[in-house]
Amino acid sequence: MVKVHLWSGLRRFTDGADVVELEAKTVGEMMKALVEAHPGLDPVIKAGVSVSVDGKLIARGLHEQVSDDSEVFLLRQLKGG
Amino acid sequence: MPLDTKTTGFKYIGTRPDRPDGIDKVTGKARYGADAYAPGMLHGVMVRSPHAHARIKKIDATKALALKGVKAVVTRADFPTGLEGEDWNIQENCMAGEVALYDGHAVAAVAATSLLLAREAAKLIEVEYEVLPHVTDVDEAMKPGAPAIRAGAADYSVPEGLHPNVMRYIEYGHGDLEAGFAAADLVMENTYKTEATHQGYIEPHACLAQLGSDGKGEMWVCTQGHWFIRRMSAAVLGIDVANLRVTPSEIGGGFGGKTTVFIEPVALALSRKAGKPVKMVMTRSEVLRATGPTSSSSIDVKMGMKKDGTMTAAKVTMRMQGGAFPMAPIDSALDCAFSCYNIPAVHHEGYDVLANRPKQAAYRAPGSPMAAFATESLVDEMCRALGLDPLKTRLKNASREGTKASFGPTFPRIGLVETLEAAIAHPHYAAPLGTNQGRGVASGYWMNWGGETSVSAALGEDGSVTVSVGTPDIGGSRASMALMAAEALGIPYENVRVNVVDTGSLGVNEPTHGSRATYATGLATIEAVKQISSKLCQRAADKWGIPAEAVIWEDGCAKPSGPNAGEFPPLTIGELAAEMGSTGGPISGHFEATPSGHGGSFGTHIVDVEVDPETGHTSVLRYTVVQDAGKAIHPAYVEGQFQGGAAQGIGWALNEEYIYGADGRLQNTVFLDYRIPVASDLPMIDTVIVEVPNPGHPYGVRGVGETGITPPLPAVANAVHAAAGVRLRSLPMSPPRILAAIKAKG
Amino acid sequence: MTQIHVTTTVNGDEVDFLADPRETLLDCLRDKLGMTGAKEGCGTGDCGACSVTVDGRLVCSCLVLGVEAQGKTIETVEGMAEGEKLHPLQRKFIEHAALQCGICTPGILVAAKALLAQNPDPAEEEVRYWLAGNLCRCTGYDKIIRAVLDAAAEMREGV
Ligand code: FES
Ligand code: FES
Repeated sequence: MVKVHLWSGLRRFTDGADVVELEAKTVGEMMKALVEAHPGLDPVIKAGVSVSVDGKLIARGLHEQVSDDSEVFLLRQLKGG
Repeated sequence: MPLDTKTTGFKYIGTRPDRPDGIDKVTGKARYGADAYAPGMLHGVMVRSPHAHARIKKIDATKALALKGVKAVVTRADFPTGLEGEDWNIQENCMAGEVALYDGHAVAAVAATSLLLAREAAKLIEVEYEVLPHVTDVDEAMKPGAPAIRAGAADYSVPEGLHPNVMRYIEYGHGDLEAGFAAADLVMENTYKTEATHQGYIEPHACLAQLGSDGKGEMWVCTQGHWFIRRMSAAVLGIDVANLRVTPSEIGGGFGGKTTVFIEPVALALSRKAGKPVKMVMTRSEVLRATGPTSSSSIDVKMGMKKDGTMTAAKVTMRMQGGAFPMAPIDSALDCAFSCYNIPAVHHEGYDVLANRPKQAAYRAPGSPMAAFATESLVDEMCRALGLDPLKTRLKNASREGTKASFGPTFPRIGLVETLEAAIAHPHYAAPLGTNQGRGVASGYWMNWGGETSVSAALGEDGSVTVSVGTPDIGGSRASMALMAAEALGIPYENVRVNVVDTGSLGVNEPTHGSRATYATGLATIEAVKQISSKLCQRAADKWGIPAEAVIWEDGCAKPSGPNAGEFPPLTIGELAAEMGSTGGPISGHFEATPSGHGGSFGTHIVDVEVDPETGHTSVLRYTVVQDAGKAIHPAYVEGQFQGGAAQGIGWALNEEYIYGADGRLQNTVFLDYRIPVASDLPMIDTVIVEVPNPGHPYGVRGVGETGITPPLPAVANAVHAAAGVRLRSLPMSPPRILAAIKAKG
Repeated sequence: MTQIHVTTTVNGDEVDFLADPRETLLDCLRDKLGMTGAKEGCGTGDCGACSVTVDGRLVCSCLVLGVEAQGKTIETVEGMAEGEKLHPLQRKFIEHAALQCGICTPGILVAAKALLAQNPDPAEEEVRYWLAGNLCRCTGYDKIIRAVLDAAAEMREGV
């Protein structure tokens, strides 16, 4: 199970949890599983998020691999100048 | 992708050759946005709202259209309806619909056979407005009774009970905040404010657009990213992206402000209506009134510290207005607020707020300078209160590999500690100071970016190589790409030509933004040219009749290697290229990806100022930038990024601000009044390039463009405090404000 | 409005054009003569990107009318190099990486050349004040000042 850390503002969509455990092999599967487990997160993901996997910031790389011991954080969407 | 990062033994990387576009740029031949002309071209001019907030009741262009030579007028009625989300925001910003949302908001546009005629016609377009109440200050915009700019547009994140101008709300953190504050010997809390500033690129936005009634078009435009321009223009006009070919001009500065559209879709719409190419060039006052300045911000920060300088807890609440549209950069601002420090308990809260101002755009490390101003000013205040050395205190708490970042994940290899150590060791930090002089320090962070990247490389018949990239060159990046290609192939720098090509020539490329070009386009360039060398090894193997695995590429030659290779004289790239037509055909390489191993860059700045107690004027006497570049490909252009970022940050700290009148109109719309630093305002800017290689790039590169604008805001404020004994918590620290503070202190 | 016929000398060549009396010299150089080396950064005399010399005097061409060029001698960035031989200032700007985006470069080169014509050995401070009317947003001026001082030194030696 991949442990996904959410930011605390999202707790109200996940019954108070800020870590969600999911079955996923890629970032894309993880996003899908997140919304399936907590449909309240759908607008969050649609509005745009970034994902950090083992310290690497991933913008839209849905194909990027995640494993059970990956450190995964859902982060706010970022944009540079 | 796992990369085999090479960090030493370079032949070309780290040298300072002349840039390939140097001669064109010193002789006036380089062609920028406004330097293009087309046969039969018309000139387009925008009609803009003189009101901060007003309902558009009627637009009458009869008189304008009656002028001989006036060929088309467009209003929002000429654009498709039904757009959603950010596409709608962009369309609405390019051309107001029912309501003009800020002073300078476009409401109509006209095209005519000459610029003078188009300007005359614009004045004849009659717009009837019903003026509405407005608000321009972020704190005012959140108060009960403030006019609601777009009621009902807030997203899922906004809790009930907040003002309808609050578009987004963010909250996150970790650790036990109360325990952290309880464990501190000193807890301090202050509010800081920053005014909006402008990127201030010297080249105003310009484009030359052509669009047929069949929806096929072309555009020449100064932009940081022509695929972005293509996508946004196509969305605003309801055409297919493939039908629009966008060619980037040389670009006269962007700093984030040229990553979106303002005039481009309008020029295309005028062209479609008039059946002729249309050129549009903004005036400076249009640039200041109606492009994308930064957000203004209001920030509360609280921090706990032990007597020895250990930080125990920190909390930030940030309010930012990003104009009359959502997406002020609160996200990245909050992420940067405490990123420099390993603090056991942190809490972040942010409000994205609407105001009657232009839609903010990115500006160099969007949000980070404001956050740094608040946090790094407070850290300085606390170090003073506890009698601690500000750099050593930063070092004590510094984030390093393995630290849980304030924004959540664990930091990979980063270079903050190295920049702090280099700053402490720098002679500047120990140099004596005179009367009314003071020294300030601060650190800053930017996370950088990878982004969609597509690069092609083609081998010429003589062994030279052409590299096609999609990231416009704003500060010498073609030189850096050529250096990386030369290094990877082992051929001279001069034998590589790098071109920035149009949207028809490559897959999607994100703009030159987020400090990504040298990192992402560089990585793709290296991978693309490596495909050339491996194909050349195959050709050599075929020729020698040995397996390809027995051929290696070294110093620009294919060489046999290994036990079963046999003895053959090396084949040079030139020899192999000359026969490629008969050995299997043309050779090229291509690489595309969305790389994400960019790795952030930290910097630490030291500044000395002198404050004149009679006038409140601040002179910057000495400045040193220390920043981690991972690996400096072309050190002169890395230094240039450090120096340019510092200069912009100094301007933001001391002079620059958007001044709105009570009527909601921008009062300083020319460079005389919106004063950016000039040569006589600044000293030489010393630079120290720290190199902590980024494992995510083949040569260890980290983006360097943005971090440099972050530390100057607090560093200058801290220096002003040291020099004059007054703490300014609002930017800019203009002479009247400093003088008032000195007087108030008595 | 009636156009006026203007005859003038630009970078040593006699040229002529028709100008609307409201048009600036900058517009005429760029739009009538196709000389786009001088840039418009502001149109109000504040940025120096449009710097040229008129009869040897450094001006902002956005503040001069095209019709005022009648009978005058104009020098622009396009006239600085002699054929393929760059002016020392141009060479030093490339060598010192004194340009990033390069939009300010034509104006700064023209202004620096005018400075060195009247003061071949300026101090750093003098260069900074002379160039205070030429905005550069990219470089922080450091490398620009170094390039000008280095070019001045080389020109004094008469290389
Ligand atoms: S364009 Fe002439 S001074 Fe700016
Ligand atoms: S190099 Fe860009 S403005 Fe000077």
